[in-house]
Formats: sequence, C-alpha cells, structure tokens
Amino acid sequence: MPKHVAIILEGNRRWAEKRGLGPSQGQEAGARTVMENVKDYFSMGINTVSLFAFSTENWGRPGDEVKYIMDMFEKIVKSEMPNLRRYGVKVSVIGKRTNIPESLLHLIGEAEEATKNNKEKQLIMALDYSGKFDILQACKSLAEKAKNGLINIEDIDENLMDKELMTSCSEFPNPDLLIRTSGEQRISNFYLWQSAYTELYFPSVLWPDFGGAEYLEALDWYQKRQRRFGLRV
Amino acid sequence: MGGEVRQLLEQIHRFSRRCLFRVLSMGPLPTHLAFIMDGNRRYAKKRGLEDGSGHKAGFSTLMSMLQYCYELGIKYVTIYAFSIDNFRRKPEEVQSLMDLMLEKIKSLLDEESIVHEYGIRVYFIGNLGLLNDQVRAAAEEVMKATAKNSRVVLLVCVAYNSTDEIVQAVKRSCVDKADRDVERIQLVDIEENMQMSVAPEPDILIRSSGETRLSNFLLWQTGNSQLFSLDALWPEIGLRHLVWAILNFQRSHSYLEKRKKQL
Repeated sequence: MPKHVAIILEGNRRWAEKRGLGPSQGQEAGARTVMENVKDYFSMGINTVSLFAFSTENWGRPGDEVKYIMDMFEKIVKSEMPNLRRYGVKVSVIGKRTNIPESLLHLIGEAEEATKNNKEKQLIMALDYSGKFDILQACKSLAEKAKNGLINIEDIDENLMDKELMTSCSEFPNPDLLIRTSGEQRISNFYLWQSAYTELYFPSVLWPDFGGAEYLEALDWYQKRQRRFGLRV
Repeated sequence: MGGEVRQLLEQIHRFSRRCLFRVLSMGPLPTHLAFIMDGNRRYAKKRGLEDGSGHKAGFSTLMSMLQYCYELGIKYVTIYAFSIDNFRRKPEEVQSLMDLMLEKIKSLLDEESIVHEYGIRVYFIGNLGLLNDQVRAAAEEVMKATAKNSRVVLLVCVAYNSTDEIVQAVKRSCVDKADRDVERIQLVDIEENMQMSVAPEPDILIRSSGETRLSNFLLWQTGNSQLFSLDALWPEIGLRHLVWAILNFQRSHSYLEKRKKQL
C-alpha cells in the first residue's frame, strides 16, 4: 500500500461542459467529491494524502472562476474540519500564500493549529503551489542559511533539499502514487522533485466522478506495479 | 542479389516514411522528445540471450529512433542512458555498460556516423566526474567535435539524476548570489544553472517497457510534458510508437489550444 497518495483534481470544468452547466457548478461538484470521499482516502494504512487544487498557472483564468475556486476551498475546509479533527487528520496547506484572500488564510491557520498534533494521518492541500516554486523557496532558504553561516554551500545535497521543501511537513514527503484524473498525462508542475520515483496513474474519469470505487481501482493498479517491480532482477 | 533487394527495400521504406512524415508535419510537431530507454535486460532474457546483447539491440533501436526523429524535423532529443542509481547494479554489469558506452561514444566520431549525417550537436549531461576517465574523455571529445553543429541536438544523460542536477543548480545559484540579497534568487537563476538549460523543455517524454515512473529523470523540465508509457521493451520500439506518440501529442495540443482560446 502506498504511504503517500497525491491527487491532481482535474476535470471539473469538462464535467460541467458535458452537462451543459457553468464552470462554477463544475467546481462545486468537484468540491463535493472531495468532501464525500476525503476520509476514505486514508483507509488501508495510507498516511498522507496530497490534493493539488490550484496552481500559479490557474491565476490566468477569468477572475470569477479564481474567486469561485477560492470560495470552494473555504467551503471544503469549513465543512470538513469537524470530520478531519474527529478522524485525527493533520491538515497542512502548502503553496504561496501571497495571493490568497485573508479570510481563507485565517481559516487555514486555524485548521493547521487545531490539528497540528495529529500524527497518523495527514492531509496536504496544495493551494497556489508549484513544484518549481517549491524548489526555489528551498534554494533561497538554503542560501539564507549559508549566508548566516549555518551550513556550507558545498554541503547542500538531496537530504538538505528534502528538509527545506514544503513537503517536509509530512513524515512521507514523496508520494508513492500520483493520480491525475481526466486523462491528461502531465504533472503540470505539481510535485516535481518529490515525484522522482512515484508511480503515475492517469485514469480518464473526470474528477467529480472519481469516487470510492475509482480510488480502490487506483490502489489496486498501484499494488500490481509494486509486485512486478519486486519480481524484476 | 540479396544486397540489391535489401537496398531497394530500404529505399522504399525511406520513401514511405517521408510521405508519412509529410502528413504528420501538417500538424504541430514536438520540438523536443525525451526517451527513457527501459527494457534492454528483459529483452535479452525474453530471447534467451546474454545480458549484453539486450543493450546492443537497444543501441540499434536508439539509432533508428534518432534517425526518425531528425528526419521528421524534431530538433532536440534527450535520452536517459545511465542513471546515477545504475551504479548500484552488479559491478560486472556496470563495467560492461561502461565498455559499451565507450565503444558507442567513440563511434559517434566516425565519418559515417549519424552525427555527421544529420549535423547533430551532442551534449553529455550528468555528473561526468562519476564516469571513468576513458568514458569521460571520449564524451568530452565528442562534445568538442560537435560543438559547431547546429541543425539538431542530442542530449545524452549519463551518470545523471534529476535531483542531482537540481542540487548542483541550487548550489551554483547560492554561490552566484552569495554576496547579494538572497531574496533576489529567482526561478530563472536556477533555470540558467541547470545543465539541461541548453535545450527547451521536452514536449513529450516516452518510457518503454511499461513502467510508469520518471525514475529521477528531468523532473524540473517535464512539469508540462506529455508523458507516455509504452508496454514494448526498448529494443522492440519502432516507428509506429513514435507516430502514435506524435498523433496523441497533436490531439492533446489542439485541445489545449482550444482551451487557451476559451480563456
């Protein structure tokens, strides 16, 4: 079983288009899927689940849609907080915080504070996150440490980078399995460094239709890959 | 008689390939293709051959694929020839791979080699200090000899790991900005210090033998690349796989263009 599953939630817009609905209804359906299924993502010993909701690239979308995605995010966090606390899930939000509205930032802060002592399960929400940006901020942090004499530049290695990346908030920073729905076979600048050895799964189902059964299929697929890997010389 | 027939067949293949490529070129073509050439050992095992012949067959497939790519007009091709992780294999295998690499790298300097036929500029990307002196020297010689070629580019990742490449770029960026404000380090600084900065990001990454991992290859550069995992083992890869990947690329490309216009 994977210890860390990462999911790129793609397909809300196409789902809405297919039904003749507006993009905001697509985002709402997507949010509902998260809320209905999030606790089941941790079944079978999975420790960390990362959701890629929003990236720097999305800022290019029309203003209304960006606002709607933020509102949805707020809704998910508010609605799911009691559940997450009950199930002992630690909530972490990673990404650039500079363009996120105050109200959402405040909510995120509260959620992180309230769940910071939970250990066995962790939900990482990647909001305005980009893999390159993550590496850049790690680089700046290391440069700062070097400037202050805490480390030598020559000592910078993969381990030090791991500790500086935003995923260092988890005991299992590197996903074993990455799922991207809607059939697009790209990582779109989600986890880059962290995906070095991640199994990549690209089901064609659109995100709002990705329920419990589809998740189990993904885990089943993952298990088969591991078995083949074990048999190889 | 046999030789003439073979030559004739070769001519026919070339001609039909040219027609096929002309059709493909009517749609958008990738500028940069990357390959993870996986499955040589399994291929040898499957055919009951000794290990080394899998890699030899793989090299032959590589030459064909390069030929097709450059004929089609793809300017950059990157291949994952040897990972830093591969040094952990059995010493005999590592040695035989190094020997094969030395032989093949040297052959690139031959008059009849593909390098001269297509005017290829070759780069060896990776932690070359980890290679033995002979292989490193041969690699450096090829880079020097092809430095003036500008038609097409071949990037050979050897003794390479993407995380290693990123760490080296991060270190260089730290050194560059050591005296100035650390805050001023930007993405472009890291980007410039990446060994792969001599090429644009790959449009397509193809991995053979059915594995669906990047295995620490071009992590920084493939953030937006279309990823294909083909079941065929590397020596079984052929023109049809390349055409299939490009058709998929074209289909996805037109969808993305449509989306961009909608926004």
